[in-house]
Amino acid sequence: MAKYVVKRVLLAFVTVIIISLITFFAMNAIPGGPFNKEKAVNEAVIRQLEARYNLDKPLWEQYIIYMKNMAHGDFGVSLKNGREIKDIFAESFPISAKIGLIAAFFAIIFGIILGSIAALKRNKWQDRLIIFFITIITSMPSFVVATILLYVFSVKLGVIQAFSAGENLVFLPVLALCLSPLAYITRLTKTSMLDALGQDYIRTAKAKGVSSRKVIFVHGLRNALIPVITYVGPMVAGILTGSMVVEAIFNLGGLGSKFVSAITNRDYTLIMATTIFLATVMVIANLITDIVYKIVDPRIKLD
Amino acid sequence: MKDNFKKAPFSAQIDLSKFSMQDFEKATDEEKRQQDVMGESTTFFKDGMRRLRKNPLAMLAIGILIALIIVIIFAPLVIPYGYADIMKGSANLHPFEYSASELKQIAKGESVFPHIFGTDSLGRDYFIRVIYGARVSLVVGIFASILVLMIGMLYGSISGYLGGRVDLVMMRIVDIIYSLPDMLLIILLAVVLNETLGSIIKGTIFAKLGTNMIALFIVFGLLYWVGMARLIRGQILTIKQNEYVLAAKCIGTSTSRTILKHILPNCLSVIIITTALQIPSAIFTESYLSFVGLGVSAPMPSLGSLANEARSGMMTYPERLLFPAFAICLIVLALNLLGDGLRDAFDPKLSR
Repeated sequence: MAKYVVKRVLLAFVTVIIISLITFFAMNAIPGGPFNKEKAVNEAVIRQLEARYNLDKPLWEQYIIYMKNMAHGDFGVSLKNGREIKDIFAESFPISAKIGLIAAFFAIIFGIILGSIAALKRNKWQDRLIIFFITIITSMPSFVVATILLYVFSVKLGVIQAFSAGENLVFLPVLALCLSPLAYITRLTKTSMLDALGQDYIRTAKAKGVSSRKVIFVHGLRNALIPVITYVGPMVAGILTGSMVVEAIFNLGGLGSKFVSAITNRDYTLIMATTIFLATVMVIANLITDIVYKIVDPRIKLD
Repeated sequence: MKDNFKKAPFSAQIDLSKFSMQDFEKATDEEKRQQDVMGESTTFFKDGMRRLRKNPLAMLAIGILIALIIVIIFAPLVIPYGYADIMKGSANLHPFEYSASELKQIAKGESVFPHIFGTDSLGRDYFIRVIYGARVSLVVGIFASILVLMIGMLYGSISGYLGGRVDLVMMRIVDIIYSLPDMLLIILLAVVLNETLGSIIKGTIFAKLGTNMIALFIVFGLLYWVGMARLIRGQILTIKQNEYVLAAKCIGTSTSRTILKHILPNCLSVIIITTALQIPSAIFTESYLSFVGLGVSAPMPSLGSLANEARSGMMTYPERLLFPAFAICLIVLALNLLGDGLRDAFDPKLSR
């Protein structure tokens, strides 16, 4: 077990390094430096500026300096407004994290409930209804869901103010974000629940005269939930990427909307820092998922 | 009869030595035909198609897709507007409205083609823009999936066939790429490639496609093949160990025949299903990137960029948002249903 954890941690570390390498060198491949302005700046001034930001050093040395700063929590400055990226993160990440966590919570709870109902009422109308909606939800990109929700609630119902919602608005973005992971978890729970209910230990429990409620919740659901755990890592990734457009649509000012506006503004340092930051979050989520999975299900062979 | 028909002692066998040729008569053709109880031999493909035809949802999906493709191909021939044609004075029309000058033309008795979905803020016919957007989405989805399929199949089969150390190294590379967060890198690469590709492809045929489109394909090719490669390698590894492959080898079947007749047909179902389900996910990614502003370059529309542009005028022109959004959902839904149907039809082992 310890060997496995060490191995996974090392792989996660290598992944983060590779992502940072790709990001750093990709960003450096873009023509034009940060000090290329329309107005010609004095040659000496540019050289001084480059020395100030270590841009005169060779590329690999710049990379090492960059990574060293990042490890100390210094992500550099935004190219567009000169703000410390650290401050931008501190201000916007909590918003994204709050909405993402609530969305993940709802997706897991309702996904498991709906999936279990679909499995227990297999081929009855409850199952068909749930699967019908799940199929439709999986065909809707998060930005479509978000814009249509915004349209319905602001234009048709007039419940909210469309473009000045701010932080108070939690319900709609959470709904837009949680639908697609919810659909996936429902499907996953249904198949694994059906699988678990067909196992021999379920028949044994029934034969022993265990109440059907206990069979379903203790013997069935507990085993059916194991595959759901594997989805938690990818779900974090999905919610983080989904939140980029959803936050932008609802004008929430979270990290996702900062990322989208950084892309449209071609704010390279902010894109770079956000990519590495979000990628690290995802890698850590995957790492935790993998380790928890092995702890929960001892049947899995360690390698 | 001959000696070799001699009855063995104590056997229940009919003693043929007691009979002569005259005791037997030849079967007539009709009698021979009675023995022919074999059904028409079906190929793997025919069998799958038969099962697919029995699935009403999948057939509905195919119907929707065929209707969509016909509209996408023929609508631009019928409709007299281009996707980038700006008509003066007919900006911001609602569906089936006419501008003042067009009304005059109608009054004169000339026929004016209606703006089925209205026009956008620049006075471009919105219906044709949605049609072209759907075209872009479908083309990107299909070609990206084929690209992914080709790279993945080549890589996966090499890794699976060779095995050993080569396989180990190749799969480590796949593991690392697999653990990278794909969407983030796609966005990053799309940003970078948009900036750098312009000068490289200038003057070649690729320049016509636009940098964004090529960036999109490169990004798909670079990142999405790993899933396919893993799948095909796994398939080949398991199929290689099946008894029928061993049996084929034992009776001296050549390697190429073993691969073509025994290994590939058994991989085929997985390949078809995964490719079919890859198309909607590629369309998703494309529309997502276009929505963020990294998709196809203007004035070429894409369903994602149309939805994004429509956001600002959502209050007064909600239909501009709803049409492309509905189009994406319809295309992806039909493709998903088709993919599920294909999985049920071509992979009977995978009964859900």
